[in-house]
Amino acid sequence: MPFRCFFTFFFFLVSISFLKGQPYPWQLGFQEAATPIMEQIHDVHNLVLKIIFGIGAFVAAVLVFIIYRFRRAKNPVPSKRTHNTALEIIWTLIPFFLLILIAVPSFKLMFYMDKTHDAALTVKVTGQQFLWNYAYADHDIDYDSHLVQDADLKPGQPRLLSVDEPLVVPINTNIRLLYTSTDVIHSWAVPAFGIKMDCVPGRLNENWVHVKREGLYYGQCSELCGANHGFMPITVKAVSPSEFKKWLDAKKNR
Amino acid sequence: MSQNHPTGWRRWVLSTNHKDIGTMYLISAVLGGLLGGVLSIIIRIQLADPGPGILNDNHQLYNTIITMHGLSMIFFMIMPALIGGFGNWFVPLMIGAPDMAFPRMNNVSLWLLFPAFILIIFAMIVGSGAGTGWTFYPPLSHIGQPNMAVDFMLLALHVAGASSLLGSINFIATILNMRTPGMTLHKMPLFVWSMLVTSFLILLAVPVLAGAITMLIMDRNFGTAFFVPSGGGDPVLFQHLFWFFGHPEVYIMILPGFGIISHVVSTFSRKPVFGYLPMVYAMVGIGFVGFIVWAHHMFTVGLDVRANAYFTAATMIIAVPTGIKIFSWLATMWGGSLTFPTPMLFAIGFIFVFTCGGLTGIVLSNQSLDVMLHDTYYVVAHFHYVLSLGALYSLFCGFYYWFGKMSGRQYPETWGKIHFWMTFIGTNMTFFPMHFLGLSGMPRRIPDYPDAFAPWNKIASYGSYLNGFGMLFFFYVVLYTLRKGKPVPNNPWDQSHPTLEWTVSSPPPFHTFETQPKID
Repeated sequence: MPFRCFFTFFFFLVSISFLKGQPYPWQLGFQEAATPIMEQIHDVHNLVLKIIFGIGAFVAAVLVFIIYRFRRAKNPVPSKRTHNTALEIIWTLIPFFLLILIAVPSFKLMFYMDKTHDAALTVKVTGQQFLWNYAYADHDIDYDSHLVQDADLKPGQPRLLSVDEPLVVPINTNIRLLYTSTDVIHSWAVPAFGIKMDCVPGRLNENWVHVKREGLYYGQCSELCGANHGFMPITVKAVSPSEFKKWLDAKKNR
Repeated sequence: MSQNHPTGWRRWVLSTNHKDIGTMYLISAVLGGLLGGVLSIIIRIQLADPGPGILNDNHQLYNTIITMHGLSMIFFMIMPALIGGFGNWFVPLMIGAPDMAFPRMNNVSLWLLFPAFILIIFAMIVGSGAGTGWTFYPPLSHIGQPNMAVDFMLLALHVAGASSLLGSINFIATILNMRTPGMTLHKMPLFVWSMLVTSFLILLAVPVLAGAITMLIMDRNFGTAFFVPSGGGDPVLFQHLFWFFGHPEVYIMILPGFGIISHVVSTFSRKPVFGYLPMVYAMVGIGFVGFIVWAHHMFTVGLDVRANAYFTAATMIIAVPTGIKIFSWLATMWGGSLTFPTPMLFAIGFIFVFTCGGLTGIVLSNQSLDVMLHDTYYVVAHFHYVLSLGALYSLFCGFYYWFGKMSGRQYPETWGKIHFWMTFIGTNMTFFPMHFLGLSGMPRRIPDYPDAFAPWNKIASYGSYLNGFGMLFFFYVVLYTLRKGKPVPNNPWDQSHPTLEWTVSSPPPFHTFETQPKID
């Protein structure tokens, strides 16, 4: 058992340093950002986290103090006070101000995340039971992406996250993503990108991504879509623009 | 008047007595809780380790289990216990009424629950089960689940909904018409207020669910296309309708708890409730705002960004009345003379865990952050903190507070405290790590997960086992008390200004308040 703990801890250290774009054991927070959207999500979340930690710690501290100070042994005669208008106004207004403090950056980010107007590439993501189809409309490319079964995993491929053919995107490029589905609702999510968008049959949803670093990024379907909902992962391979061009050509000629 | 009442099965099956019906509601909640609880333990055993697990890669079965866990806990445990059980028992007693306004309707609303429960069990065992999640979004609940299980589930919800509707109409009529002279609305105990607000929420929300369910049944069986895109329908319409019901529904589950907590905190602080009127109008406000925030459950379906912005803002507002409640409970305790029997422990536990759940709610209310957290374990942690910890603690809190009143026998105090600590440690250990899992990206409703999520899942599973033992211990405490508990005086908690239920004997006579009690 101690050995296992040590091993886990070791793996933990290794994973923080090498494995970007996927979760690691004992992880406490978000994955590292690979897009400007995700960087801002980190910032807003850190702000909100400070505020809610503050409130939570305050309530807990007051509770502990009350339990200690006003227990019957220490305070045998209860007070009769049931109103304090000033106090009541304060604890109504302070939350308001804190909410405004949160709302301002949060709303900015919300509108920033919405759409891009100058996309160099458009990819259509189609959810299907139980695989993803990626279509590069401008390049006449369209292929399915399936889960790699446990038996076929190559060394280094994370289980239940790896796919046979990842979505390939160029880095430092604005990419428009369109989402739909052919059967039930799916949801395409890549945590390192700060993206989660439902694929709804009969609808076309849109958002955008701008990947800053090369690498493999993993996600999973995030809307219950049937028996194999847990088994239609997402892998995105971000490559340099020149490599992407090579990949496009190779893919077209196949 | 004599205390004659029918005996044998007639007393119970044909009952029109609010106390007997309340007791039967509590028993039915135990049945629903047993089903939901066993399913939750199966879920945690399945998720304890990555791999095929105890269900041996039967993913549809896993989906059925999570669906039935949710439905049975909501419709057959929390609602029957808090509303049908405590509501029936204590609303008439607290307002000095001899019974509910429509005693026979009360009987119908109780007995509708059982066919609903049987239908839900059918939904679990017919075909491959209804593996849609408790939200049963089409098209998954339509083309995705062709066998009859989903139809059984929808019918079950129809019947359970009718039961709640009848109950809520009864509560509204009772509370508005049958208060004893002198008890104005602004002198009404907070639990009664919470039941009044809850009843209005049920009255306004459940018919919308009924409409959505009916449309879905029609889509499934009669070829309509309300939610079928190829026929010009829209799956997102269903989500709007569902959450217009679904969001008030979560307040339906927690508001009665608010009422109970106020009573218990006040009793064991030996002080009146701090800020009674703000407490009342905070509940009314929460109930009202609860109807205009529904699409925060749909932040990733691709609504227009302006709609998302509105629902973010509206949702954040809820934090204000909720804050008023939390701070008022703290202020009620402040300056009090506190003792800590089991109900008070659960009340303090409630204040803490409900604050935690409320705070993660603030995080989730931001659409920009919800994009990361929607449909991950963070959401699971959040709503279990407000429901599985919050509403459940308030349920236990009320149960220990009133058990002596209802049964005439007092539970052993030490055992109650042991149960509290098992529950407190067990539930926090189960659900706190889920925040981390959600932040690191683990989706909900998956029967197997990438290996990186294993450690926190393991801890969550151990927590749920502890909680399971806590529940077994609780049942033992209940059975022991019913057989061997000590007799209880009228007012065992020594309140100086007791609400009316403490002025009658424990257990109360079959008929109470044959002459109207006086309120000063």
